[in-house]
Amino acid sequence: MTTTTLKGREVHVDDEGFLTEYDEWDEELGAELASQIGIEMTDAHWGLIRFLRADFAETGQTATTRRVATVGGVPVKEQFQLFPKKPGKKMSYIAGLPKPAGCV
Amino acid sequence: MTATEPRIVPNFGDEDETDRKLVIICSKGNLDMAYPGLVLANAALGEGIAVDLFFTFWGFDMITKDRQTKLKFSPVGNTAMHLPTGGRMPQWLSPFPGMTWVATKMMRKQIDDLGIPPVDEFLDQIVASGGRLWACRMSADMQGLTMDDLRDDVEDIITAADFMDISEGAQTLFI
Repeated sequence: MTTTTLKGREVHVDDEGFLTEYDEWDEELGAELASQIGIEMTDAHWGLIRFLRADFAETGQTATTRRVATVGGVPVKEQFQLFPKKPGKKMSYIAGLPKPAGCV
Repeated sequence: MTATEPRIVPNFGDEDETDRKLVIICSKGNLDMAYPGLVLANAALGEGIAVDLFFTFWGFDMITKDRQTKLKFSPVGNTAMHLPTGGRMPQWLSPFPGMTWVATKMMRKQIDDLGIPPVDEFLDQIVASGGRLWACRMSADMQGLTMDDLRDDVEDIITAADFMDISEGAQTLFI
């Protein structure tokens, strides 16, 4: 187990820097994580991150871009606009969740 | 043992001016053989890799408006076909009337159960993610099809020589 300090708090992370403890995350940390990868959070970004958090709490898995579109209601195209190039990984990183495990 | 590390920020490769590019040639019109290309295209786009899909021969059914939702899966000649009850499906059984219908229905359900979209919706998603679709000139001519018969988001019907331009510097997969 590895920990690091974010916003003056000790948090558990994996080798790539993804948070590993669901409950250690809050929106203040999310904003910090976003700024680290150069993403400026807007309401649209937050809506999506909140969906990912709620969906993970329910299913135990990080939603794929497909699921964010069909269940979360944010079209894939918009996901690419909000989190350029690698939406699946970037969203999960900011949301403090593991990378999506599904293929689609 | 817990170790405190300096802050680790994942590298999403945004700064690397990667020109990694994938071209997938889709040449099959069977339901089972439509998916490998779609899954890989979708995964590549999600990793920031540019993707072009080139549809040729039977793969044309994947982008033909009135055929793309009707792809079939046949167990004929497939020795890897297993029965839900266990064991291999005998080869003499697979060409029986209705077997393709049953096998197709089962496969569609398995795909749907995994939350994976049908072919037409999958292509919608791929295009929304920035993927481009191209159709083969020779296949169009052989089947008497024009752009009107194809999905509206197909970029164009192109020749083999045009394909060489598109695939320049790309990793190419033939499926």
